[in-house]
This record gives sequence, C-alpha cells and structure tokens, in this order.
Amino acid sequence: MNPVATPFFFYMLAGLAVVGGLLVITLRKALHSALALIVTLLAVAGLYLMLYAPFVAGVQIIAYAVGIMVLFLFVIVLMSIERQYKDDNTPRFNRMWPMSVAVGCALLALLVSAFAKGKALFPDRRIALPEWSNTQEVAKLVYGEAGKIGEYTFTLEVASLLLLVAIVGAVVMTKRAENSTNTER
Amino acid sequence: MLDIVMSYFGSTVTPGEAGNQLWALVYVIAIVVGILIAATAANLIERKVWAHSRARFATALPVQSRLPPITDVAEANSERPVRGIASGIGLMFGLLAAFTAYTVIPFGPSLAVTDMNIGIVFVLGAMLLAVLGIVGIEWTSNSHQWQHDSPIGVLRLGAHIASYEIAMGVSAISAILMTSMQGKGTLSMIGIVQAQQEEHIWFIFKFFPLGLVAFAIFYISALQLSSTISGAPLNGNDIQPEMTAGYRVGGENPRWSLLMLVEYTILIAMSSIVVTLWLGGWMRPFPSLLAAPIWDLIFPFFPAITFLILATIVAVGVARVSGDSFFGTQRARLAVLAVALGVVAFLLLLIAIAGRSAERHIFSSLRENIGYVYWFVLKVAVFMAMFISYRANRQSSPVDRSMQLGWKVLLPISVSVLVVTAVVGVFAS
Repeated sequence: MNPVATPFFFYMLAGLAVVGGLLVITLRKALHSALALIVTLLAVAGLYLMLYAPFVAGVQIIAYAVGIMVLFLFVIVLMSIERQYKDDNTPRFNRMWPMSVAVGCALLALLVSAFAKGKALFPDRRIALPEWSNTQEVAKLVYGEAGKIGEYTFTLEVASLLLLVAIVGAVVMTKRAENSTNTER
Repeated sequence: MLDIVMSYFGSTVTPGEAGNQLWALVYVIAIVVGILIAATAANLIERKVWAHSRARFATALPVQSRLPPITDVAEANSERPVRGIASGIGLMFGLLAAFTAYTVIPFGPSLAVTDMNIGIVFVLGAMLLAVLGIVGIEWTSNSHQWQHDSPIGVLRLGAHIASYEIAMGVSAISAILMTSMQGKGTLSMIGIVQAQQEEHIWFIFKFFPLGLVAFAIFYISALQLSSTISGAPLNGNDIQPEMTAGYRVGGENPRWSLLMLVEYTILIAMSSIVVTLWLGGWMRPFPSLLAAPIWDLIFPFFPAITFLILATIVAVGVARVSGDSFFGTQRARLAVLAVALGVVAFLLLLIAIAGRSAERHIFSSLRENIGYVYWFVLKVAVFMAMFISYRANRQSSPVDRSMQLGWKVLLPISVSVLVVTAVVGVFAS
C-alpha cells in the first residue's frame, strides 16, 4: 500500500502536536489545557500510524487519549480547578520554569547531536516496514512463538507485577478511607 | 479522472487498501448519508415504540405523525445558539468519535472505507472518545447547576461507561481469540468475518456456550451503555431527580439535536460491532450449509422481496386511510412512498436477474455487493429494534444496581469465558 501524502500529513500532525503542547502550558483554564493535551496525544497517535505501528497508535488512543484524559477531566470537574483561577491573576508558570527550560534544552541538544553525529545509527535508505503484520510482530516479541519465550516476556511480567502492586495499593488506600468515614458516622 | 473512477470497479479490496482516495471519499459520503437516514428512522421508530408502550395514541397513529424527527431538528436549528461556537467543542469530540468508528466497519468484503490491522481496537478506542465528548459537553454548557447536579451526573455517567467498557472489551477479546484457530489471529474487522467464513461457523455458536455467553455479555453491556448514554428508563440520571439528566440539561436546542445524532450513531455502531464479531457480518444465513447453486440463485432475490413487502404494506396503508378530503395530502404522500419503494424493488429485481451470469461484470458484482449490504443492514436493524424495544419497556434500575451488574457479574463471567475459550481453543487446535 502506498503511503498517502506523507510529508503533508507528517507536518500537519507534528504541527498539531507542537501547537497542542504549547497550548497545554499557556492556556489559562485547566479544562482547556486538558483538551489541548488530548489534541497532542491524538496527533502523536497519528504519527505512530505513519510509522507503520497501528497497534501502538490504537493503544495510545485507548490508554492515553481516553483512559488517562478522562481521569484528568474527572479531577478537573470534581475539584473545579477552573473556578479558582477564573478571576485572579495567578501566574501561569511556577518557579520551576528555569529547570524545565534547562531540561528542554538538554533534550534538544541530545536530539540535535544524535541527528548530526549518529549517522551510523540510522539506516541509509527507507526500510519497508511490515504494516500488515505489525500487531503479530509485537505479539511475537512480547509473548514468543512456537514454544519459545519472547524477547520481552520477562520485562512484560515484571511490568505487570508492578501494575498489580499499584492496583492492590489503590484498593487498600480507598478501603481505608471508606472505613474512616464509616466510623465518623 | 475517469481512470481513477473506473480503475476501482471490480476491485476486491477496500479503497483504503487500494490507495484510491476518490472512492474512499465516495464511501465516506455514502456512510455519512446512510447513518443520517438511519438515525432519523431510528428516532422515528423509537418515538412510535415508546408511544405504543406508553399508550400515547396521538403519537402512535400511523399517518399523522411521520415527521417529528425532521420537524424537531428544523425547529431546534431555527433557534439562535446562545453560547457561541467554541462551546461546541465537546460536541465536536462526540461527533468525531461516533463517525470515526465507521471507517473500518465492513459492510462487505470490500465495502469499508479501509481495513486496518487493528480494526476492533480502533473502533472501540474511537467510541471511547465519546466519553470525552460527553464530559466536554457538560463542561462547556456552563450549566448553572454545575456546583451540585449535572457535573456529578456526567461523572457518574463516565464511570458507568468506563465500567461497562471493560466487560465489553474482555468479551470482544474472546471473539478475537476464536479467529486464531486457523493459526493466524487477526484484529481486522474484515479479517474477523473472513475467519468466521473459513471456520464455517458464526462465533456466537462456536464452542457452544462460550461464544453465546461472550456475545450476551457484550450485548448486555451495549444495552446498558446505550440506555445510560441516552435518556432511557434504565438511566440512573433520569430516575434520580437531583441529577437532572446530567449532561443534557445545559445545551440549547441545536446542540441537543446533534447530541441525539451522536447517541443514535453510537447505537448503530454498537450493533454493527456485535454483528461483525459474532453474527458473521455481511454473510447470508448458512453460507456453507446452503451452498447449493439453487440457494445462490434464491438468496439474491431477498432484497427485492423485502422492498416489495414494504411497498405492499404502504399500499395497504393508502387504502386504509379514510377517504375524507382532509387526509388528501397524507394519502398522496403515502402513495408516493409506495411507488418509490416499488421502483426500488423493481430495480433490485432487475439487478438480481441481470447479474446471474458472470459475463455482465458490473451487474454481477453489484448483485453480490447488494446482498452483502442487505444482510449486514438486516442484522443491524434487528439489533436496533431490540435496543429500542428494550429501552422502551425496561423498568428503571438505580445506578448502584447497574454498577453491581457490571463489576460483580459481567466482568468475572467475561474473564472466565476468556480463559475457558483459550483453554478449549488450545485443545481443539
């Protein structure tokens, strides 16, 4: 399958991601920032699609653009952060901004140096990526095939254990809160 | 130009795969128009069913009230929006999510905008985006009740959707697992239907109770979701007056009518997913059992017969309308409808007869594709009817009950069905 208008879509999606990222930190209302973040995440999902990684794009949409952002919106609506900032002139940036600028510059320098010096790291021509079997390739890497353990099976199990601990911790913490409110009554 | 138009004819892949943007655009327009018509029709049928189940005879009358969906939308959009265009951003998300899901839903082996490697993941993700839309709609409405009522309602709604999406996703995975029996599993929507074709069984009947249970869980979740999103009786928001129907209170009329469109669009998408995953998508009933040439001859006549029956029903309606001159316009309208349906039936009959021999290429491929769309739409229509009658006749249940159903009943069953399907699949292959 021929890629459709690739440079145009790349620049559009990359521009959307950058503009969304800038809006996240410059917009005044928390909910507007969250919506800008959703735009950024969706644009990044589109970039994944262009890199022939549809499964990563799908997971990006489900996990980040929906799962996490819904939680963000919940918190914003419940805490009504917007109301606090509506009238007063609270500064948009806190005192950590020189640190963030430094980190951002360091990342930029890393990127530039990798682009300038790391010619050996990159392939010298375009690789034909297997778009259609991408999901299957991911599954083979993670779960292995035909009796063999995959390359990342152990890593995946460790990560899932970590997530399980986090879930159990969350349940324990909410349980405790529930008990204390019960005794108060 | 003509080359691009003609080059796609007779293609066996979707326009997305063939890289044909023009036909992809044609498909997109056709799907959007079809969804708009289907949503209007579903709205009308829902009004009728609700009227009958509540004994509201004025609305239930066959002739007098055929236009409410259209007049309502016209009236709603004749009002001036009060809140400016920026407040519609949540609604934009909802519409985007609802219509994006249709890009990969297959109406036939080549009748989808495109086929994606991650089809079902994409559809579920796109429909999940509607949650953002709903929360955004509530927030942007800047409702005066925001401090106590409707935000809590919409948050509860979001929690509801999230809970049922888990059971839905897990039961969908057990259907995807069934595609891997032939050695190559797939997430693609077209691939899932083709796997059912290759295994000669709809997944609802596969590993007998397992497929049925997974289907039932998905369907119950979809029912719960649909009636939670829309203001059906099951809706906890509606039966608890302090919640005031959640996110729907804030918007003025044009936005409310678009919100209805989003809800019906998602409802049709849900039915399409159920049909694709478990009921063989575009396949006609018993494609391998009734594979004799005589059946190949008989089945293509079904679309024509259906439209003929519809035309007959409307014609009988014309005869039944009172002869009083007061009803003159309505009789004329009904007669025009009957004639239009009859013409469609005649055209379908013509195609079914002309496409019998493979020599007339366009007619035979047209006949084939009409058959695919017909069976798909018929199955979806059955599910829509079930959705609507459920929503009209179900008793209300409070939100804690329905959350208990989701977390304590559906989720454990769906996970155990998934595990058992995997075990049975390993032993069967």
